[in-house]
Amino acid sequence: METSVVPDIANVVEKWKDKKGNLIMILHEIQNQYGYVPREISFQLSKLLDVPLARIYEVLTFYNYFKLKPPGKYTVSVCMGTACYLKGAPELLEELHHILGIKEGETTKDGMFQLEIVRCLGCCGLAPVVKIGNKIYGGLKRSDIVNLLSQYSKEGAPVAQPV
Amino acid sequence: MVKAVINGIPIEVEEGVTILDAARKAQINIPTLCKHPDLTSSASCGICVVKLKKNNRMFRACCTPIEEGMEIITHDPEIIEIRRTVVELILSNHPNDCLKCGRNNNCELQKLVADFGIREEHFDKFVRDIPKDSSTGTIVLEASKCIKCGRCVDVCQNMQDVWALSFLERGIHTRISPAGDIKLADSPCVRCGQCSEHCPTGAIFEFDETSKVWEGLMDPEKYCVVQIAPAVRVSIGESFGFQPGVNLTKKTYALLRRLGFKAVFDTSFGADVTIMEEASEFVERFVHKKGTLPLITTCCPAWVDFMEKFHPDMIDHFSSCKSPHEIMGVLSKTYFAREKKIDPEKVFMVSIMPCTAKKYEITRTDEMFASGYQDIDVVLTTRELARMVKQAGLDFAQLPEEEPDHVLGDYTGGGVIFGATGGVMEAALRTAYYLVTEKQFPKVEFENVRGLKGVKETSIKIDDTKVNIAIAHGLSNVEYVLNKIREAKKNNQPMPYHFIEVMACPGGCVGGGGQPYGVTDAIRTLRSKGLYAHDDAMKLRCSHDNPFVQKLYNEFLGKPLGKRSHELLHTDYKARPVYRK
Repeated sequence: METSVVPDIANVVEKWKDKKGNLIMILHEIQNQYGYVPREISFQLSKLLDVPLARIYEVLTFYNYFKLKPPGKYTVSVCMGTACYLKGAPELLEELHHILGIKEGETTKDGMFQLEIVRCLGCCGLAPVVKIGNKIYGGLKRSDIVNLLSQYSKEGAPVAQPV
Repeated sequence: MVKAVINGIPIEVEEGVTILDAARKAQINIPTLCKHPDLTSSASCGICVVKLKKNNRMFRACCTPIEEGMEIITHDPEIIEIRRTVVELILSNHPNDCLKCGRNNNCELQKLVADFGIREEHFDKFVRDIPKDSSTGTIVLEASKCIKCGRCVDVCQNMQDVWALSFLERGIHTRISPAGDIKLADSPCVRCGQCSEHCPTGAIFEFDETSKVWEGLMDPEKYCVVQIAPAVRVSIGESFGFQPGVNLTKKTYALLRRLGFKAVFDTSFGADVTIMEEASEFVERFVHKKGTLPLITTCCPAWVDFMEKFHPDMIDHFSSCKSPHEIMGVLSKTYFAREKKIDPEKVFMVSIMPCTAKKYEITRTDEMFASGYQDIDVVLTTRELARMVKQAGLDFAQLPEEEPDHVLGDYTGGGVIFGATGGVMEAALRTAYYLVTEKQFPKVEFENVRGLKGVKETSIKIDDTKVNIAIAHGLSNVEYVLNKIREAKKNNQPMPYHFIEVMACPGGCVGGGGQPYGVTDAIRTLRSKGLYAHDDAMKLRCSHDNPFVQKLYNEFLGKPLGKRSHELLHTDYKARPVYRK
């Protein structure tokens, strides 16, 4: 169990304590603060709110919005919207699985990349599209993925210009 | 009253009765899958759909109260086709490895598939690959076989207030799991097994240890002995065509000898010994004011685990006395081995229990090794024993009636009613009364402690002193009783009770998590009646009158709560974390 997290969740709980449906609102604030909901905090919430941990996890896992693991440094979002899908997004995704060794929703062991599937990113003209951090890369082929990722992992910051 | 028509048959039922229950009045069985009589309807499976004649609107019969003037059709070709589709859809998310499944031949889904004559699968398969979890060593979770009926979650959260199981994720990804990706053994699970008792499929079932027992029986170096719990004798027959509650004690002794056990004992003897210790403990605390009141019983290992995890502030109230089968275990490897001149190391003790938590109890603390060996080698549930009988090819119904072996086999009525809620209290009061007054209680039956009411509160008089008692069964009923104690402590008021009995499973051990499937209140009542009738028919009703218990104390233990009793028959408790991860 992690004990390193020292939050002032008591304040958050205090703010919502007597309001209906407070659990979701509290979890939202926690996620905004940490980027995910650490288990240690769920334990503390369980005590403070007198809500079983199982109920907290029912809520956390019901909504895709909530994350249980720390996010990676870069979020790699593969667009699987119709245009990207038809232009070969599944192949790009497969290559990302292969290179990063993770599935969607997971983060690489070194904490660098987190893989997500998104629907439309609003630039279907560039299909197939992958977003890394805040940069969008379009017109990608399977063979582009290795180089693209290596730019991030080597330098720790993007060097290539977005298309 | 409400008048309605089902399939053209006029019926009249009380207001609020569901269409499902009303249909039974017209001799119509609407198929169900998620519905269980113990639980509120979750209406999750959809197999019980029926339609209104006037507009063909569909309703789920399990959760729709019948209304005045309704005309309902429960079966027609369209409804049957819908039900078939529901079953096929469930199958499309099911591994269908029935032959190797823990519930093969008694699965509620399998029965529906058979009844609907499903021969082909029309839907694409989507089965989640979720690893099996045997971490508790008591129950096995195979979440991939779950049909998401929600019974186990309802049982775990609401009936038992444990909150080990929950539904995680949503939609087609929904799965039963403890909170987060942890094993059941690291969760709050108290191993009561009620989830396995209520699961309609093979998603949760008992951890099978029959092969360990077969190995023991084949080992010429071992001296295999066995004990059966009170509640097993009135339920084992259900696997062989007997009605629930039929007392099959003596046939069970015979079958255990045929399986190869050299000595056949009865946990009810251990219960008599438990009573000697526990009633003495009560008198010690009540009359001599040594120790905390109220005294709380500890025969139930799921309750002990629950208390250690959720209510450790109550540890002082707990009886230090071990449960009957643990007492049998330690006595078999000390007293019995000495009497028989057998090397205790060779004694292999098997407990046949209505319970999955007993599998956990046998290694709970160092005191479970008080004989110098593990006091109980293996625990089998009633369900596992039934399978062994079938494997051994024994014709149970035709077996002769046999007697148990001395010196751990003969018991009184007080010992055998341990299997029903209120039974431990009743047996303890019979003996406590005698210990205080040195007179037999004029009437040994304490009707007020019997029955299926969740919390039973009553009082009796011992020598003009009122003894207030409470009995709770089903773990969600415990909090009410414990909070009354906490309240009294906080306000410096007299304690509301002097003596409390708790059993984790509704109905007590007769409704235990290791008992034959399909338990309902009707079955709990029948099994309990079987035990009370057995008690009623016995010459000796009180534990202290058991001549073999007297012999045990005279020749081996000394006196209740004495030095040797404390070494062998008592244990202690400690606070445990609710989550280990």
